[in-house]
Amino acid sequence: MTTTAAPLDVTALRADFPILSRTVRDGKRLVYLDSGATSQRPTQVLDAEKAFLQTANAAVHRGAHQLAEEATDAYEGARQRIADFVGADFGELVFTKNATEGFNLVAYAMGNAATSGPEAARFVVNPGDEIVVTEMEHHANLVPWQQLAHRTGAVLKWFKVTPDGRLDLSDIDSVITPRTRVVAFTHQSNVLGTINPVDVLVAAAQRVGALTVLDACQSVPHGPVDFHALGVDFASFSGHKMLGPSGIGVLYGRRELLEALPPFITGGSMIELVRMEGSTFAPPPQRFEAGSPMTSQAVGLGAAVDYLSVVGMERIHAHEHALTVAALEGLGAIPGVRLIGPQDAVDRGGAVPFEIEGIHPHDAGQVLDSLGIAVRVGHHCAWPLHRCLNAQASVRATFYLYNTLDEVDALVDGVREAQKFFGVA
Amino acid sequence: MQLQQMYQEIILDHYKNPHGRGLRSPYDAESFQVNPTCGDEVTLRVHVVDDVVQDVSYDGQGCSISQASTSVLTDLVVGKPVGEAFKKLDAFVELMQGRGQVEPDEDVLEDGIAFAGVAKYPARVKCALLGWMAFKDAVVRSQGAA
Repeated sequence: MTTTAAPLDVTALRADFPILSRTVRDGKRLVYLDSGATSQRPTQVLDAEKAFLQTANAAVHRGAHQLAEEATDAYEGARQRIADFVGADFGELVFTKNATEGFNLVAYAMGNAATSGPEAARFVVNPGDEIVVTEMEHHANLVPWQQLAHRTGAVLKWFKVTPDGRLDLSDIDSVITPRTRVVAFTHQSNVLGTINPVDVLVAAAQRVGALTVLDACQSVPHGPVDFHALGVDFASFSGHKMLGPSGIGVLYGRRELLEALPPFITGGSMIELVRMEGSTFAPPPQRFEAGSPMTSQAVGLGAAVDYLSVVGMERIHAHEHALTVAALEGLGAIPGVRLIGPQDAVDRGGAVPFEIEGIHPHDAGQVLDSLGIAVRVGHHCAWPLHRCLNAQASVRATFYLYNTLDEVDALVDGVREAQKFFGVA
Repeated sequence: MQLQQMYQEIILDHYKNPHGRGLRSPYDAESFQVNPTCGDEVTLRVHVVDDVVQDVSYDGQGCSISQASTSVLTDLVVGKPVGEAFKKLDAFVELMQGRGQVEPDEDVLEDGIAFAGVAKYPARVKCALLGWMAFKDAVVRSQGAA
């Protein structure tokens, strides 16, 4: 993706993020390179949450008083703006606790399909059916499918990852077969930054009538995403990785599918009619939002997409691309540093994982932390991926709209510092 | 500087030249422990004769803190009665969970007192305890098997 738009004015933009001006570890300037884990929130998001709570707080979709009306409007208004942001229709977005819940919702609802009405038949998973994932998945889009396979007797299959961190689709026709019921895969690897060819996977799944479930946690925050254009059946992403609050995620489902999908969590708010003998359920999205939902979080996420839209997703993507190129160059030039995953910035988002010869990632992270640089260390909830790339763990820097080239330099200097400290330079 | 407080020379020495490393026989029980947040792992064997720890052998992958603390463990417990080894274990756990507020007893913990600085970093406490938890588990297993 390229853009001709003016580059970001990062200095001005950083002023919206109060946390970025704090110091850590004895007065070190904070260099926050862990947005892939959670992003920081601008005052616009914090203010929107506060304003909602100070003026319109009430339980939504119940009560007829004025506050209830205003709160419901704020909640549903946020849904509309988020839908516009990701190329979906209003009724196609379900608010969840987080992205993980979104994947579980689909997996459990599919597990419930066998005991639901005929309209749910398309979701039934039978013994011997196949569920396809990839070796690149975050545990959130892997474990729920392992569990669904376990509960139904289905077989779990997966795409391997090539040594340079791309999906190996060379055997796509033997992995996705007429027995495949679901293909669950990530849009952008949370570890490697690899952007996967959604079109190829969707086409293969559609040829055999399988459903597609996309992990969009690392794509929606960082570039333009249009679910209708991508053609996926379901997608899940989280609020806190896109300048929004924690405690809210979003599940996208194509309208006709959500209408036929049985519920996962049941209780209040998701019903149509309740009798002692049994109940019927509300249409989507309410069918999937049992209990009192999060409200200020939805409002905050609405404010986050407003903020991102004003800045412009093309520009954010281009900015992060420039930071990624600089990090790959800077880190790649240090003897003893092994970049994990794609060695270039083609089809790759702003995540740069690496190992330093002779220094465990935990120890490297500790030295970086002592310099004020916050990175993620460990396996980043993608243990199988690390195994197949022969890394026990890694150091991962991730970038967002508020990061600067200066901070990339600080990271590169910090890695050299770690080498000096542990005597491996 | 904080970093030096954490990475004492003793820790770095044990990391670079670990004591007792490698899996050996005979042994009575083995324990495999993993730190799920980072994937660090240790496999540790104990050989106990007449209630005395005769040997502790181990292998694993991990950061300097987890490797060094397991190395220190072998120095502290090999040749000791199980009861005394467990007292040291309790003292080490207390030190590590003390958020830097516990004054370690050098007579009990010897090189182990070098980990006092690690206790100020909650995220690293699990690293320091990995080998020790494996030791505790292995000894309990060995007693169950006896």
